[in-house]
Amino acid sequence: MGGGAGEKPVLIRWEERDGQKVAIRHDGRLAAQLRPIRMEVGVLSNADGSALVEYGGTRVLAAVYGPREAHPRHMALPDRAVIRCRYHMAPFSTAERKTPAPTRREVELSKVIREALEAVVLTELFPRTAIDVYMEVLQSDGGTRTAAITAASLALADAGIAMRDLVAGVAVGKVDGVLVLDIDEIEDNYAEADMPVAMAPNLGKVLLLQLNGVLTHDEFVQAMELARKGIQTIYKLQKEALRRKYVEVVQEGGEQ
Amino acid sequence: MARIHVQSRSIVLPGDIIAEGNDIVVESPFIERKGNQYYATITGLVNVQQLENGKYKISIIPLEGAYIPKPGDIVIGLVKDIGLTHWEVDIASPYKGILTIQEVLDRPFNPAVDSLKKYLDVGDYIVAKVVAFDRARDPLLTIKGKGLGRIVEGSIVEIKPSRIPRVIGKKGSMVNMLMNESGCEIVVGQNGRILVNCPNKDLEEIVVLSIKKIEAEAHTTGLTERVREFIRREKARRGV
Repeated sequence: MGGGAGEKPVLIRWEERDGQKVAIRHDGRLAAQLRPIRMEVGVLSNADGSALVEYGGTRVLAAVYGPREAHPRHMALPDRAVIRCRYHMAPFSTAERKTPAPTRREVELSKVIREALEAVVLTELFPRTAIDVYMEVLQSDGGTRTAAITAASLALADAGIAMRDLVAGVAVGKVDGVLVLDIDEIEDNYAEADMPVAMAPNLGKVLLLQLNGVLTHDEFVQAMELARKGIQTIYKLQKEALRRKYVEVVQEGGEQ
Repeated sequence: MARIHVQSRSIVLPGDIIAEGNDIVVESPFIERKGNQYYATITGLVNVQQLENGKYKISIIPLEGAYIPKPGDIVIGLVKDIGLTHWEVDIASPYKGILTIQEVLDRPFNPAVDSLKKYLDVGDYIVAKVVAFDRARDPLLTIKGKGLGRIVEGSIVEIKPSRIPRVIGKKGSMVNMLMNESGCEIVVGQNGRILVNCPNKDLEEIVVLSIKKIEAEAHTTGLTERVREFIRREKARRGV
């Protein structure tokens, strides 16, 4: 994404609340507040597993196929499954049309997401096969890589692929000197720093950590703590979304 | 002392903690141990059983997932390709089945004179048994044995392979009930394909709908009774 062109909007307002100065963000959120998050699994009938994840205006669809026979055959590994990831932004997902061809950024994100997923999927259970993960950004408003990884892990769980834990991601940023959770497009454009984080909360592992900009050591520690809290919340929503799929069937079954 | 964190027959998700402590016997590849905690790695129904010696046995029946062959499984396959001395069979799995000529014919076979096409052609469905599968090679099939061979009549219903244990039921309770109530002949393949052979079209439709119902509601309790009721109601409605 390009840097902040034009006049900089007011991103942080300081308000008095209960005798304390509180930072309010341009969309009315507090510094440590997530955007409204919506998740749904099993949205595609042709894929083995699928999920739709929304972080505010960011909307990502993920589909998983496999484990299936690896094509081309020489890609297959004798002792485990290969994971293939494709992170892609739809041409209509941004304010200005994006060319549909994969950009350098998309190739890189596909790789970092694949590496994050490889750490949790039990690939050794399915030797000589391939697991394909497709992530399509339908609408972009910042934090698409973390929304994509959250969606991918839900889709994998929906496809019945063995994983040590679910993966949840969120980005932390520094806007006007304030550390904020789950930054959106405008904040990202004018931010001093942007740090996407993905974790496997139950394993206590960090699976993806990128940092764009400058943070001091103390700020980094605080930012990680902020991300961890956000990820815990997202993780709970993920589990709810997966459970909901089966609860709905029970209700349908009860009608008859 | 072992602590069990879940109720038996409840749904677990990847990363959910199932049990903690010693005296736990794990009977599933889908449970991981970290320290002395046991985690689920797949979406499924958990089973907790207290053994006579006071230990707990925990296992997971997956609710989703592909079919992984196991020696001894009965599968329903579709012949996809013919080689010189073997057939390649699609068994709805990440691994394709191999059926060699020795597992079909009792007599010696000369590929120069005889053609495999005479016995099984592309597009034929077969009921086969998995003889060997060791993860390094593709599963070997056989059609020698009672009830195995080319399928000549009936229809095939395809469902998720992970729902097959529910279609069979405890010691075959569900499939036996289906056969008794409908009078149809049913062969259940472990790979998610079910062969249904009925005296008439109406009964076949009822059985197919029942199987689809089992697939959709596999994780619920009291399913056998609900399906029995469903069949009786449908039979009365259609007058068969």
